[in-house]
Amino acid sequence: MTGTGIDALSVLAEPLRRRLYEYVADHGGEVSRAQAAEAVGARRTLAAFHLDKLVEAGLLEVERRKVSGREGPGSGRPAKLYRRSRREHALHLPPRDYGTAAALLAEAVDRAGAEEALHAAAREEGERRGAAHAADGGPVSSADLAGWLERHGYEPVCAEGPGAGPAAPQETTAPGSGRPSPPAEPTAGCPALRLRNCPFDALARSHPPVACGMNLELLRGLLHGAGAGSFQADIAPAAEGCCVVISSEPDSKNNSH
Amino acid sequence: MSDHHLAQINVGVLKAPIDAPSMAEFAALLDPVNALADSSPGFVWRYTDEGSNDATAARPFGDDILVNFSVWRDRESLWNFTYRTDHLDTLRRRREWFHRLEDMHLAMWWIPAGRIPTLDEGRTRLELLRAEGPSPEAFTFAAPFPPPAADEPAATAAG
Repeated sequence: MTGTGIDALSVLAEPLRRRLYEYVADHGGEVSRAQAAEAVGARRTLAAFHLDKLVEAGLLEVERRKVSGREGPGSGRPAKLYRRSRREHALHLPPRDYGTAAALLAEAVDRAGAEEALHAAAREEGERRGAAHAADGGPVSSADLAGWLERHGYEPVCAEGPGAGPAAPQETTAPGSGRPSPPAEPTAGCPALRLRNCPFDALARSHPPVACGMNLELLRGLLHGAGAGSFQADIAPAAEGCCVVISSEPDSKNNSH
Repeated sequence: MSDHHLAQINVGVLKAPIDAPSMAEFAALLDPVNALADSSPGFVWRYTDEGSNDATAARPFGDDILVNFSVWRDRESLWNFTYRTDHLDTLRRRREWFHRLEDMHLAMWWIPAGRIPTLDEGRTRLELLRAEGPSPEAFTFAAPFPPPAADEPAATAAG
């Protein structure tokens, strides 16, 4: 495992490649060569070379598809579309295996019916993190919250409303910068944040109720600890991404348990 | 297209009568969650009491035992409904309403598409899983088995 982690990491050491990877990952969907090249301000052939290196390293996946809907002779070759690979790359030196530990602990929680203790522990940890975050930077704004979620790997995007699908592709990226736009904020124009990435994905697949219940309490604790009482966290699973959605409460009641 | 469907049965021991105040939130979720199942991709069938839209009255396995018994197109469709819809929230809160069971409480098995499984069959599969662990005749999400190939009969278990 460590070997593949090092390989993946070394592929990202090339700066342009890393910007391409970040652009595709932040985009959240499929990206064409032309889009990626424009985003990082590189020639298309150069971008294509690096995109394919990222595919070889298992960091991106590629699909060939005709995008224009044209068919038959003369309709051109299928375009290569890139998206972030679902494969996980871990690098722990010295070698560590927290994934197995997490799965075994989740299994034990399930067998013992110890969800209540897990939820309490997660909520307390969330409150500590929220309090530490609030102590760092004063009052918590929606931008702070989105920034915290982004830094902790949740990849928040604006959902149009309850049950909304993934947010529209972020076309707000400045051409040539390859940098993601600022994270979405739950404001009047953005009533809810969907979390595009689940930091506990493997556990959420092997032990969904345990992992998602833990994650929910962690985020509820975070909101409470940060004094972000005008936001609430709820379970709202979608086909992809995190099972929790964060929304602004219209009447800013305290986040109920 | 597989010519087999996936049957699943799971049982839960109620912490209080279903009309008790402590069960009100669970009772209120029955209709919406059942409707969600009915409209989920890959849903084929679910057991209901005669003349009812849910399975909370007859209690074929015991007075305090609720039975959830359904058929799905495949493992993926059952998984997606179970864990990637609002049904997950009911699961997350299950300890509020149901006792923890020492025994395996969920079994699944393949049936020929078009056949409706019986309660006795469900009970047998659950007992088989408890007695012998996961096998093609009775398995779980954690230890799944593929559907039988087209030219072999579905795994049979007495009952």
